[in-house]
Amino acid sequence: MLNEFARNIRATTLKMLKHRTFGHLGGSMSIVETLAVLYGKQMNIDPKRPKKTSRDYFVLSKGHAGPALYATLAIKGYFDRALLKTLNDNGTTLPSHCDMHLTPGIDMTTGSLGQGFSAAVGMALGLKLKGKSNRVYVLVGDGELNEGQCYEAMMFAAHKGLDNLIVLIDDNKLQLDGPRTKISNTLSFMDVFKAFNFHVSHVDGHDTKAIDDAITHAKTLKHKPTAIVLDTVKGKGVPRFENQTSNHHMRFSEDDQRYLEHIIQTLKKVPV
Amino acid sequence: MSEKDLRTIYTETMASLMARDESIVLLEADLASAITTHQMSERYQERIINCGIQEANMIGSAAGLSVVGLKPYVHSFAPFVTRRAYDQVFLSIGYAKQNVVIIGSDGGVSAEHNGGTHMPFEDIALMRAIPNSTVLEMSDAVMFKDILTQSTMFNGLTYIRIKRKAMRAIYREGTTFKIGTGKVLKEGHDAVIVATGIMLEEALNAAEICAEQGYSVAVIDMFSIKPLDHDLLKRYAKLTGHVITAENHNLVGGLHAAVCESLAGEKDIVIDGIGVDEAFGQVGLTPYLKAVYHLTAQDIANKILT
Ligand SMILES: Cc1ncc(C[n+]2csc(CCOP(=O)(O)OP(=O)(O)O)c2C)c(N)n1
Ligand SMILES: [Mg+2]
Repeated sequence: MLNEFARNIRATTLKMLKHRTFGHLGGSMSIVETLAVLYGKQMNIDPKRPKKTSRDYFVLSKGHAGPALYATLAIKGYFDRALLKTLNDNGTTLPSHCDMHLTPGIDMTTGSLGQGFSAAVGMALGLKLKGKSNRVYVLVGDGELNEGQCYEAMMFAAHKGLDNLIVLIDDNKLQLDGPRTKISNTLSFMDVFKAFNFHVSHVDGHDTKAIDDAITHAKTLKHKPTAIVLDTVKGKGVPRFENQTSNHHMRFSEDDQRYLEHIIQTLKKVPV
Repeated sequence: MSEKDLRTIYTETMASLMARDESIVLLEADLASAITTHQMSERYQERIINCGIQEANMIGSAAGLSVVGLKPYVHSFAPFVTRRAYDQVFLSIGYAKQNVVIIGSDGGVSAEHNGGTHMPFEDIALMRAIPNSTVLEMSDAVMFKDILTQSTMFNGLTYIRIKRKAMRAIYREGTTFKIGTGKVLKEGHDAVIVATGIMLEEALNAAEICAEQGYSVAVIDMFSIKPLDHDLLKRYAKLTGHVITAENHNLVGGLHAAVCESLAGEKDIVIDGIGVDEAFGQVGLTPYLKAVYHLTAQDIANKILT
């Protein structure tokens, strides 16, 4: 079921990007399975009442992956699927980067890397102060973890013992200009988050069962926030573009568009 | 005339300056490919420094590089080298009197599809508020090349706002520019439009719209927002009695504010402002966004005609 949802998210996202003829393909593709697990199973949500205060919150701190989240929200029924065609159009409610006041289901406005992480920490802290049991999930990029603000957020979250916070790291090993090991060699995220006093785990970020198990386990952990490092591939599911630095933000040639259509059709045909 | 991308101008000009001056270093924050300096990273492996996505640290490090006698040029999208790292720019560069050139790309509506988080209408206001800063907005490729060539001699903090892609060519190849000196693009005696950057083409079109109605309108390129050409401004303000500023920026703190501050106390002069009024950015193409924020030639002309 989660795999089918993931295929649907991937196909829908590619359709949006193909229709717009440009966009952040790589970073959208690498988070598809994670979104499927969160919105397909783990999060307490009500698509008909996106602002319900008892919901779990999700912050896409790497806000440029908005398209994948919009596809997910539309499939879940937060808004009309027809809107997906307006991605990045003049006057759209689906901008390149997430905006909590434009799109139903978006819990935080993001796009300046690093800021969503702190906002998520604030939400988790606030929910604790209010004595609530909601959880906050935040998805950060591996390149995004270059930002010093992220380390302040980690220190703060751990210090406050925010066990209602789950940090998901999309470790697709590429940032905008190339491999993160060449640009700003962040050490093992497992070691880093552990040093900051998080519960940590490491999973295949394209294996829905592994992600699901990791989150289920994280929910049982107390006194510390959890970090789940997702081993992912930037551009996953679109073989011609996988692991290419150039897949960060792409303009699709006519040939690319035919290729994307082929991928979309293939995704639709796979038996459940 | 040159309709080259300004990012290409940056890379080509800096490459030739770096060949002559070993103290020049370029800093990037994971947007080198966006400005194309990655194309020379083989040639200048050590002097093109990609700091990663850490703008505050990049600005702070640039200050340090300046302390030991290097000449840092720092680039990222305009919001990230101004707003995002403001205290580092203000203190480590401004207050500490270090020599750093900051290139902010795609300010205002030029950020287009990157939307509200990437679309600063306040970068010029922020940079202008730093004591002794120099604040420039580029009008076209010819100007950018000339200013970059001069910039190795600049002292203190210089902020240069550019559009990455091609701009309408305003100047003939070989034109030279002087910081603190505006350029009169068109003479006129009924009103004067003082504009910068992508608003120059709107200003020139507005002057034409007005000419059809029998109004003679002057256009000044005030690319040097700080220091401002007070003498030129005062002369045309007195000549016409009506100044209209036009900027791809918030009306607070930018060109409009600078012009109002300069002309405060002058009698019988009306000053109107075309600029973003209490609004954040959003996604869209430039013509659409110019219409949404009332930054079109017609908006400017209306201030003169109505
Ligand atoms: C503060 C800030 N600086 C720079 C950018 C421009 N930018 C957008 S995405 C990106 C790379 C992000 O890399 P990563 O976090 O690994 O995400 P991925 O592209 O792999 O999804 C950069 C530099 C930004 N959005 N915010
Ligand atoms: Mg990445």
